[in-house]
Amino acid sequence: MIAPAESLDAPAGRRPLRPGRIVAWTLLFIGGVVMVTPLLFMFSTSLKTAGQVYDLRLIPASPTLANYVEVLSDGRFLRWFLNSTLVAVAVTLSNLFFDSLVGYTLAKFRFRGRMIVFIAILSTLMIPTEMLVIPWYLMASQLGWLDTYWGIMFPGMMTAFGTFLMKQFFEGVPDDFLEAARIDGLNEFQIWWKVAMPLVTPALSALAIFTFLGNWTAFFWPLISVTSRELYTLPVGLSSFAVEQSIQWEMIMTGAALATIPTLLVFIALQRYIVRGVMLAGLKG
Amino acid sequence: MARISARTSEPGVVTTAPLPSPTSPEAPPRGWHRLSMSQKQVVWAWGFLALPILFYAGIRFYPTLDAFWLSLTDWNLLRPARFVGLENYARLVSDPQFWQVFNNTFAYLLIGTPTSIVIAFVIAYYLDRVRFMHGLIRALYFLPFLTTAAAMAWVWRWFYQPPPIGAINGFLATFGIPAQPFLRSTEQALPAIMVTAIWAGLGFQIIIFMAGLRAIPGTYYEAARIDGLGELAILRKITLPLLKPTTVFLVVLSSIGFLRIFDQVYNMTTNDPGGPLGSTKPLVLMIYQSAFSSYEMGYAAAQTVVLFSILLVVSLLQLWILRERT
Repeated sequence: MIAPAESLDAPAGRRPLRPGRIVAWTLLFIGGVVMVTPLLFMFSTSLKTAGQVYDLRLIPASPTLANYVEVLSDGRFLRWFLNSTLVAVAVTLSNLFFDSLVGYTLAKFRFRGRMIVFIAILSTLMIPTEMLVIPWYLMASQLGWLDTYWGIMFPGMMTAFGTFLMKQFFEGVPDDFLEAARIDGLNEFQIWWKVAMPLVTPALSALAIFTFLGNWTAFFWPLISVTSRELYTLPVGLSSFAVEQSIQWEMIMTGAALATIPTLLVFIALQRYIVRGVMLAGLKG
Repeated sequence: MARISARTSEPGVVTTAPLPSPTSPEAPPRGWHRLSMSQKQVVWAWGFLALPILFYAGIRFYPTLDAFWLSLTDWNLLRPARFVGLENYARLVSDPQFWQVFNNTFAYLLIGTPTSIVIAFVIAYYLDRVRFMHGLIRALYFLPFLTTAAAMAWVWRWFYQPPPIGAINGFLATFGIPAQPFLRSTEQALPAIMVTAIWAGLGFQIIIFMAGLRAIPGTYYEAARIDGLGELAILRKITLPLLKPTTVFLVVLSSIGFLRIFDQVYNMTTNDPGGPLGSTKPLVLMIYQSAFSSYEMGYAAAQTVVLFSILLVVSLLQLWILRERT
């Protein structure tokens, strides 16, 4: 168990191998396995038939994809998947644009009222979504936004968290860069878009990860704002599907697996960026 | 900014919000050239902020005020809202269900937050020193953070089922421990749901703690070792004090999360939301039921104001307590 230079992220330098460290490693590893046990059992059960559900062995005796075929056959999950993707992507793009535009303006422009705007936006962090849900519902019903994609998306189009995060990063962009662009004849919008934005891509990717994940997994507002099944997002759709299945646990686990697989695949592909992004946002945010 | 006159054909007219469209910066209006560099900057700034200001005013501030106003009415979707003063709050205080929900909500907070913070720190502390398969182990802990709470609630719900279905009872049976009722018991249901919530948030907290640990300069540790400090003394005198900003951040975030718990409870108790006998019902679930099951919008709005007040007090209290000794 001699550690090679396994990960770039691990602390450098060799330390002597002591029994204490082997014990610590083993305990950490077991803990990690325990953490993913729910996921393992979810996938394992989704591959079992109704008769095998009571068999709690992790590896199914005769794994089958029949549950997946059945759950996917009527197209509901596909529709919910597309709804969730559309909502999460649209809200993420909106946040990337507006949060960074506002963060940039508050970081790099000097004008009267700047602090008031900043404090006003920041103060909305103190307001819990749950408090706004009833007025939003009223507003959406009067404007005909209930049961529409826009109705799901509108509350999250900009966030104080994203604005604050981007402001922190834009403050680190040297003014000389912007001044040089100004002398080159770029207007302020072009300076932001072409000069400043490329310099904060780590922050943008962190913001994108957080916004996408938050909206992909969102449950409370989509549950309230949408009533027709075709417009459910994946979490809301899964919840209604599970209630409907009652005690058919292999079907419920298949639905849960279908709701989980996309983010897991994205994570496996982008794990390094996601962990960095979370660290970045956590330290600056 | 009121001095600037731009984009108006009548000279001398003062506009308070001069807005050149940020997407069509070409063809500046006649007054544009007369502006100095810094005046132009001001115009650009307010142009950039125009739409966001409308958004925050319309989708954040107005609804906040509206929630306060609705909490003083008897609005129920059918009749127009009628002002009833503090009646909703009076009803809330005398509602035994509210006090049960209040206790439940604080049980989630007071057990959930310290437990998850301590576990996350211990794991992060050791994981930070591990080099062998570091990335893999970190990924194992982080994966649950990427799952959907609604989906995982159903997996855990299945885990907690009585024998022969539930995996946890199956596991206990191999050690000869009698089957536990878990979600069917008024005593065990809340902790059972809390485990799900702690599990879901742990990965995030570990990553943030690790980021905090990495940010401590290695020279501090070297100096301490030269001074002959043991591991425990280093932890107590260097690591923990320097990690305080990270800890404050995570405690506040985790507290807010537990005070607003909903997804797990809703999905793990769908046949009797918040049950058994209301023993797992948090405030947000009560708000949801008052508003969207009984359509008592005014009463629900009063509950949201209470939630807001609790969150405000808890956040300010924690920031104040933890700031003192910095």
